[in-house]
Amino acid sequence: MSNKIELTTPLSTEDVENLNIGDKVFLNGIIYTGRDAAHKRLIDLLNEGKELPIDVKGQIIYYVGPSPAKPGKPIGSAGPTTSYRMDAYAPKLIELGMKGMIGKGNRASEVIEAMKKYKAVYLGATGGAGALIAKSIKKAEIVAYEDLGPEAIRKLEVEDFPVVVINDTKGNDLYVEGANKYSKE
Amino acid sequence: MREVHTDEITKVVRDLFMDANCNLGEDVLAAFDHAIEKDESPVAREVMKELKENARIAREENSPICQDTGLAVLFIELGQDVHIVGGDFKDAINEGVRQGYKEGYLRKSACDPFSRKNTGDNTPAIIHLEIVPGDKVKIMAVPKGGGAENMSRVNMLTPAVGVDGVKDFVVNRVKESGSNPCPPTVIGVGIGGTFERSALLAKKALLRKIGERNPDPEIAKAEEEVLERINKLGIGPMGYGGNTTSLDVFFEVEPCHIASLPLAVNIQCHASRHKEAII
Repeated sequence: MSNKIELTTPLSTEDVENLNIGDKVFLNGIIYTGRDAAHKRLIDLLNEGKELPIDVKGQIIYYVGPSPAKPGKPIGSAGPTTSYRMDAYAPKLIELGMKGMIGKGNRASEVIEAMKKYKAVYLGATGGAGALIAKSIKKAEIVAYEDLGPEAIRKLEVEDFPVVVINDTKGNDLYVEGANKYSKE
Repeated sequence: MREVHTDEITKVVRDLFMDANCNLGEDVLAAFDHAIEKDESPVAREVMKELKENARIAREENSPICQDTGLAVLFIELGQDVHIVGGDFKDAINEGVRQGYKEGYLRKSACDPFSRKNTGDNTPAIIHLEIVPGDKVKIMAVPKGGGAENMSRVNMLTPAVGVDGVKDFVVNRVKESGSNPCPPTVIGVGIGGTFERSALLAKKALLRKIGERNPDPEIAKAEEEVLERINKLGIGPMGYGGNTTSLDVFFEVEPCHIASLPLAVNIQCHASRHKEAII
């Protein structure tokens, strides 16, 4: 990894413009969760011209559906889900000022283009490391769509939440460059 | 005839899913250690260390390795001299899943395919039942996550493509899946049978331990060759680049129709979870 950087949300355009693929970032502050069903509802609201239950400006959405919290814990295991399923919804949210997405797996070219145009980044969390990642989540509170269970939108308070920059604001892609570097085909 | 009560089946199923979701097998952990030592990429080694640490925390705190605690897949070998008493066999299994996912604080991921409404208790279980000789019941629990499952494919190949065509398809499937299925993955390959049989063989292949080769030396060689080719793709752990894209490749082969060459590739993420018990 190139650099180790600490960032606190909400993020500014300058914050994200300074990031490069491969950078290891530790996030602090508030991040929101959202996956398939919640994204569909957010975009449906926008299409109807209605207001969203959260203001996405400067914010980060983490694609996660945590396992249930045990008594005394803020959250259960909470690793990322595969991001491409949110590709249809992400460009609209980026246009509205969302500055980051946390997930795992490849993004569509439309999402990468939107990140370039409106200045946002895609951050990777280690998939399948849900027990470890949960350690950096200090508080969790459902803020919308409680009926969706694990898919509800949660407000998370995080400390040193570890991510890697996969797509930066310049159109670079760690998945492409990483594989090219180690390919022996 | 030996009697087995449904209450016992429920308890075993409950315990197996709680165990499988929190305790990664020693074979998988050993494969992590191998990658930590051998991968050329420093980023890959760092990711593998995180996965090892994650498995340690999960085991110590009895919390799920991954929040995706899967659909509840079961392979059951029912001895033909067993008489199930106490109630409905299938209900007993579903009750075990219900209890295990609730009491183990495991995520309920089963939903209606169209409305997407969650069934609320992770049932119904996916049950593969086989009648075998003897008076025992062998239950294998395989919580299967969605991310890697989504990258799996069945293909009806033309017989003319032969074993090379099979190998190419498997390698390309892994290449196209890229970072999505949470590499390093385990690849189950089902070859032969019919359309649905090949998929079942691919799933069953995932029950093997890392490093366990097919008993047929020719097929074992093909497994090793495909694994080597996959690990030359450069995808690496989490897709960040490296030499550890898959931990193993398992082929299961059965006869097929003279017109067909069915091939199924079932991808399993690094949280390769399966536990078994015998009643």
